[in-house]
Amino acid sequence: MEPIQLGNGDAEFIRKVEVESRQDMKKCYQCGNCAAGCPMSFTYDYTASQLIRLIQLGQRQRVLSSRAVWMCATCETCSTRCPNEIDVARVLDVCRHMARREGYAGERNVRLFADAFLQSVRMNGRAHELGLMAVFKLRTLKFFADLSLAPAMLLKGKLPFLPHRIKARNEVADIFRRFKEGRAEDAAGGKP
Amino acid sequence: MKIGVFICHCGSNIAATVDVLKVVESAKSMPEVVYAVNSMYTCSEPGQQAIEEAIKERGLTGVVVASCTPRMHEPTFRRTVERAGLNRYMFEMANIREHVSWVGKDKAANTAKAVDLVRMAVEKLRLDKVLIPKFIPATRKVLVIGGGVAGIQAALDCAEGGMDVVMVESEPSIGGKMSKLDKTFPTVDCSSCVLGPRMVDVAQNERIELHAYSEIASISGYVGNFDVTIRKKATYVDWDKCTGCGLCTEKCPSKKSYDRFNEGMGETTAINIPFPQAIPKKATITAASCRLLSGGKCGVCAKICTSQAVDYTQKDREITVKVGAVVAATGYDLMDWTVYGEYGAGRYPDVITSLQYERLLSASGPTGGHIRRPSDGREPKEVVFIQCVGSRDPSVGRPYCSGFCCMYTAKQAILTKDHIPDSRSYVFYMDIRSPGKGYDEFTRRAQEEYKAQYIRGRVSTVYPKGDKLVVKGVDTLVGEQVELEADLVVLAVGGEASQNAPKLAEKLRISYDGYGFFMEGHPKLKPVETNTAGVYLAGSCQGLKDIPSSVAQGSAAAAKVLGLLSKDKLESDPQTAGVDVKRCVGCRKCINVCPFGAIREVDMRGQIKAEVIEAVCQGCGLCTATCPQGAVQLSHFTDNQVLAEVEALCQS
Repeated sequence: MEPIQLGNGDAEFIRKVEVESRQDMKKCYQCGNCAAGCPMSFTYDYTASQLIRLIQLGQRQRVLSSRAVWMCATCETCSTRCPNEIDVARVLDVCRHMARREGYAGERNVRLFADAFLQSVRMNGRAHELGLMAVFKLRTLKFFADLSLAPAMLLKGKLPFLPHRIKARNEVADIFRRFKEGRAEDAAGGKP
Repeated sequence: MKIGVFICHCGSNIAATVDVLKVVESAKSMPEVVYAVNSMYTCSEPGQQAIEEAIKERGLTGVVVASCTPRMHEPTFRRTVERAGLNRYMFEMANIREHVSWVGKDKAANTAKAVDLVRMAVEKLRLDKVLIPKFIPATRKVLVIGGGVAGIQAALDCAEGGMDVVMVESEPSIGGKMSKLDKTFPTVDCSSCVLGPRMVDVAQNERIELHAYSEIASISGYVGNFDVTIRKKATYVDWDKCTGCGLCTEKCPSKKSYDRFNEGMGETTAINIPFPQAIPKKATITAASCRLLSGGKCGVCAKICTSQAVDYTQKDREITVKVGAVVAATGYDLMDWTVYGEYGAGRYPDVITSLQYERLLSASGPTGGHIRRPSDGREPKEVVFIQCVGSRDPSVGRPYCSGFCCMYTAKQAILTKDHIPDSRSYVFYMDIRSPGKGYDEFTRRAQEEYKAQYIRGRVSTVYPKGDKLVVKGVDTLVGEQVELEADLVVLAVGGEASQNAPKLAEKLRISYDGYGFFMEGHPKLKPVETNTAGVYLAGSCQGLKDIPSSVAQGSAAAAKVLGLLSKDKLESDPQTAGVDVKRCVGCRKCINVCPFGAIREVDMRGQIKAEVIEAVCQGCGLCTATCPQGAVQLSHFTDNQVLAEVEALCQS
């Protein structure tokens, strides 16, 4: 890999991450608490603390094309443990959004799953597992993956054939509409 | 009056953002100013000489220096004008550095503000009066609060200098945290071998009066004349009779008392002597665990005692002493490490603190110096040390570095290898902070010679698995998570200010910071002084520090005390309040508001009047601001002077 050019750090990238996540990247002193507790770390190319370091250095390309931002499960262990109270999970969330906006390939399957999930929520007001899996498998063509889990889930009543729709579906749909119109802030109820 | 004004450049500190020459020009037209000049560094020798010469040659009767804060150089310039024959109170200072050049960038605005401040100083100076200091007698005796290594050093040095010392220690024995340590870094010499003889010196020194198991109930008075009330807590043993033979501790049937000295690593008897080298070596009964004192039947210790020293009826009692100075050396506490649930602290017996580990290492500890796990008494082979537990962690309100943990952890890793040669130590660290003499070499020795495995990263969780503890964390240098099955986990718990520090600070009338550490007079130039005259600091109560630094501060505080009390009489500051009896209506408001008890009520032909005890008055001005009649006036800060300043400001 090419050496990181310290003088060419992308200040605009740092600023954007800071503004969108409302976190101060300078506060990180690289203790590693986030990386130590991360349950998804085994799937990462960079550890959580390394990602924060790369953001501090303005390494847009390395961060946004990393596998780690897509593998993060947003369990928020990192945010809970951070001694400097940086919401690391939120920072990674912001990076995921940026990566999509800026056309970084990312993990295709994770992206497809997220899309299928959101589509299901938009239509039903909540996730419809069977429909969600059907859409996901159609798009990924992975028809037999995880199929062995189906019988057990069926027995427990976790895979109803019809979606269980909530009452105020239009309100949920409204959130999606507002988000589409670019008012992400409003969609989240005005709070970050 | 002939006033001279000196405007300082302070190199570029002031001159960079204030047009100094313009200020000089403006000053020349101010009332009664006959001379105004700029100076590169007014506080330097040529700078001060210029003031002296101007006073002599131009017959100045008052001087204004516009430079830095008066807290920095007011005493300097007062001496300067005094050398040239002026009264030292015919001097005023305008702070155009901290209040102007350092806080604003707009040169025009800064210059205008500097001119205003100089004009105010000139107007105040015009109303200054010659003040002559008085001399007050001083008690040549010092109170040392805290008998840890810093307090011991201060007490011994004061006694060596011929000063009488009263030492107050809240625990039953002096020695402090150092007496709990097994060895000390970076020499790995035995802690009690170093400290023990000094503790004995305290006991044997005729000049030192020791009150162990005692607290400061109250302190009143002022520099040279403090009245101290010491509360001697009930020990239920007459220490004059107790010989420290220890027979009672052998026979006491209540053997499950929490062992404070051993940090709970063992249990002790209700009547006990904390450790073999204790000074004073006297027994104390812990009332809560004593069968007789908690309402039951017993009395074994009283029966067994050959000198009839046990006295179950003993009560707390108070004694008073008069001292001329105070050294606060109250040390520190460990922060509450149980807030870290992820390390299992407080839940798993084999997750212990570094100080508990010291007691396991110590030959006088509960295991006789054999490292044994608290859970099953087995000798641990894999020992994990976690650094920065409660240090550098803003999320628990402890953003500071405790300063000594890196070093004691390296020492404990070395000692672990010494005690158990086939053991392995792992140290999880963030940074290794070892700036002392021989310190970094020491941490390298722990790694190179004693094979301690240093892992740059944090631990995320500790949980039990069989009789082991699984430690999960990260090695950030590799960028991968790591895992280990350990036998013992030692947390390098950081320090914090003693719980009672703020209360004591209020009794001593000294300031403390947001964490409860006592504030020094100046971070660089007055490290052991406080802003209250006659009160000094030593050791970790001022901020966490290791043994060498604590001892150095103990000696420094002693030097300050010896210097202060080298004379029989102390010069008192004449900037005190005074009452105009004609105006005083006897409302007593000033008496209630005075924090120093410096105002008393007197009867004057049947009328109540306030009277200031000059020697006690600290010149704070609260009474002046409170008096509805304007009867109390603070000399050098009279209402008229303050109003003249306000007027100068409003008219500009």
